[in-house]
Amino acid sequence: MTTAISTYTNFFQAKKGLFSWIFSIDHKRIGLLYLYSIITFFLVGVTLGVLMRLELLNPGRDIMDPQTYNQVFTLHGVVMIFLFIIPSIPAVFGNFFLPIMIGTDDVSFPRLNLLSWWLYIIGAVLALGSLLLGWAPADTGWTFYVPYSVNTNTNVSMTVLAAFILGFSSILTGLNFIVTIHRLRTPGMSFLKMPLFVWSLYATSWIQLLATPVIGITLMMIVAERFFGIGLFDPAIGGDPVLYQHLFWIYSHPAVYIMALPAFGVISELLPTFSQRTIFGYKAIAFSSLAIAFVGYLVWGHHMFTSGMSEAGRIFFSIMTFLVAIPTAIKVFNWVATLYKGSINVQPPLLYAMAFIFLFSFGGLSGLVLGALATDIYMHDTYFVVGHFHYVMFGGTGFAFFGALHYWVPKIWGRMYNIRIANIAFSIFFIGFNMLYFPMIVLGIMGMPRRYHDYLPEFHIPNMISTIGSWVLVTGLLLMIGNLIMGIRKGKPVGRNPWNSVSLEWQTPSPPPVSNFDKMPEIPKGGPYDYSNH
Amino acid sequence: MEHATGFVLPNSGHNRDAEASKMGMWLFLFTELLLFGGLFLVYMVYRLLNAADFLKASHELNIAMGTTNTIVLLVSSMTIAMSITAIQKGNKKLSIILLISTIALSMVFMVIKYFEWSAKIHHGLFPGLEAYNALTPGESLYFFLYFFMTGLHALHVIIGAIFIGVVIYRTQKNRITAENFSLTENAGLYWHLVDLIWIFLFPLLYLIH
Repeated sequence: MTTAISTYTNFFQAKKGLFSWIFSIDHKRIGLLYLYSIITFFLVGVTLGVLMRLELLNPGRDIMDPQTYNQVFTLHGVVMIFLFIIPSIPAVFGNFFLPIMIGTDDVSFPRLNLLSWWLYIIGAVLALGSLLLGWAPADTGWTFYVPYSVNTNTNVSMTVLAAFILGFSSILTGLNFIVTIHRLRTPGMSFLKMPLFVWSLYATSWIQLLATPVIGITLMMIVAERFFGIGLFDPAIGGDPVLYQHLFWIYSHPAVYIMALPAFGVISELLPTFSQRTIFGYKAIAFSSLAIAFVGYLVWGHHMFTSGMSEAGRIFFSIMTFLVAIPTAIKVFNWVATLYKGSINVQPPLLYAMAFIFLFSFGGLSGLVLGALATDIYMHDTYFVVGHFHYVMFGGTGFAFFGALHYWVPKIWGRMYNIRIANIAFSIFFIGFNMLYFPMIVLGIMGMPRRYHDYLPEFHIPNMISTIGSWVLVTGLLLMIGNLIMGIRKGKPVGRNPWNSVSLEWQTPSPPPVSNFDKMPEIPKGGPYDYSNH
Repeated sequence: MEHATGFVLPNSGHNRDAEASKMGMWLFLFTELLLFGGLFLVYMVYRLLNAADFLKASHELNIAMGTTNTIVLLVSSMTIAMSITAIQKGNKKLSIILLISTIALSMVFMVIKYFEWSAKIHHGLFPGLEAYNALTPGESLYFFLYFFMTGLHALHVIIGAIFIGVVIYRTQKNRITAENFSLTENAGLYWHLVDLIWIFLFPLLYLIH
C-alpha cells in the first residue's frame, strides 16, 4: 500500500497478511479495522436512507410496500446509530490517535481493544444478518418501543441482541480509554496539557461506561418479555410501557452525547491548526465537555413529553434540556473566537469544521424548539424531529468525522489527497445535505408525521426537493471517498507535519512507526495549542 | 512488540501496570452495578405499583435457604480476601487453598440455588407453567423478576468461579507471585461485587414485609 517513502518500518509494513490485521493488538491497526468496517456500514445505512427517500419521492407507492418501508427505516436507524455514529470518531480516530496524542505507544489494554472490535463485528453481523439471511428484519424503529416490539412477529430479538453486543463493545472501548488517559500520558503532560480531542474522548468514555449498561439490561428485558410473555412492559399484561421509555432514554439520550462530544473534540483540533493560533478558552472547552456529559445524563425525559409524564417531570426535563445549551454555546463561541485574528488557511478539514459549526448550531437551535414544552407538543413525531436529528448528528458528527478523515489521512497513510477535488466534493456534499434535510424542517412545521411510507399531496414539493438532495449528497459523498482512496494510493508523500500543527501526532513520521514515535515527543511549552513560534 | 525505529517510550501500553488493571476492574464494576441498577429500578417501580402482590408472592420464597446462601457468599468473600493477603505474603499454597475454598463455597451457593429454583418450578411457578399463569399480574412480575435477577446473579457467580479458576491455574504456574498479584486482586474485587449484589437481592426478594 505505502511503499518505501521513508527508511523506517511503519505500522503498515511491520507485518503482512489478513491475520496480522484482524488479530492485531496495535491500536493503529484496530483503528483502521474500525474505519474500514464503519465506512462499509455507513454506506449500507446511506443506501437504506436513499431507498427511503426514493419511496417518498412521490405520494403513493413508489418502490416498496409499507411493511418493507418500516423495516428499512428501522435498519437504517440501527445501522447508522449503533454501527456508524456511536463508534465512528472514538473507535476510529480515538483508537488511532489517542495514544499518539498523549505520547504513548498503545492503549492500556491492547487485547481488550481487539476484543471490542470483534464484539463490534459480531454485533454488526447480527444486525445485518436479519436482513441478509432472509428473515424478517425488525420493523419497530430503532427505539424498539413497547408494546409493539414485544408483539410484532419480526425478528426483533436478533436486532436487540445485536444492540446489546454493540453496547458491550462500546463499554470496553470507553473503559480502555479512561484507563489509558489516566495511566499512559507522557511525562509532563498534565490533564490540562492534553489536547482537547483527548478531553472530549475522556468525557465520552465516561458516558459510554455509565449509560450503556442500562440499555443492555433493558434490551435483555425486551428479549425475556418476548420469550416468556411476561408483562414487564406490555400494558395488556400488567406492564408499564412508559417505564421502558424511561429506561431506553436513560441510555439513549446520553448516547447522543457519545455521538456529539468526540465531534466537538475534532473541531477543537482543527480550528487551532488551520488558524495557526491557540484555542480560545482551553479550560472552558475542556470542562464544558464534562458539563455536557453530566447534564446530558439528566435530560432523557425530553423525548417523552407526549408519553405521559407528570407536569413537574416535564418542566424539570425541559429546564435541564435548556441547560445543555450553555456548555454547548460556550464551545461554539470559543471556536469562533479562535478564528478571530488567526492566519486562516482554508483547507478541506477547515471547511468541514466550518460546516460543522454552522450545521450543528442550526440543528442545536432547532432542538430548542423541541425542548420547549409547548412547541414540542406540536412538533413531536413530525419531520421536524427528523430534520433536527439529522442536522445535529449528520451535519454535526458526520461532518466532523469527514473533517477528521481529511485532517488525519495524510498522517495515517503518509500521502495527500487532491485538495481541489476535496473542496469540490465538500461543496456538493454540503449543498446536498441542506437540500436533503432543510425541507424536512419545513415539512415538520407543515405537519407531516414521521415514519410513514406515504404522505398527503400537499407535501409533495418539499419531499421531492429532499429526495433530489439525497442524490446530490450521495454524489458528493462518492466523490469525496473516491478522492481520498486515490490520495491514499497514489497521492504525493507528505512529511511529518503537512498542516503545520503543534500537536504530538505530527511530530512522528507519517505513517507512524509501530511504536508510534522515533524520538521522545515534545510537549509544546505554552500548552497544547502553543502557536507562538509559528 | 517490535520497535523498528530502535526508540522505546518509557510509558508503554505494553508495560505491566497493576494500577491500570485494577482501575479497569473498578470501572467494569461500575458498569455491572448499573446493569443491575436497571433491574433494581424496574423492581422498585413494580413493587410500588403492586405492593400487596409482591408481599404475598415473596412468602413463597424459602428464607432459610436464602439466609444460608447469604452466609455462604459472605464467607466466600472472606476466603478470597484472605487468599490475596496470603499471596501478598508469598504463601502460594495457602493462597491456592483459600481460592479453592472460595470456588467450593460458590458451588454450595449454586446447589442451594438449584434446589430453590427447582422447588419453584416443581410448584409450577415458572413463566409458562400452570400455577404461574394463574397468578395476578403483580405476582407474576414478582416471580419473573425473582428468576431474572437471581438468574443474572447466578450467571455472575459462575463467571466469577471460572475467573477464580484461572487465578488458581496461574498461581500454580507461578505467573502470579507476591510481586505480581493484581489478577488475584481483580478476581477478589469481582467476587466482592457478586457478593454485594446478593446482599441487596436477598432483602429485596426474601425479606419483604
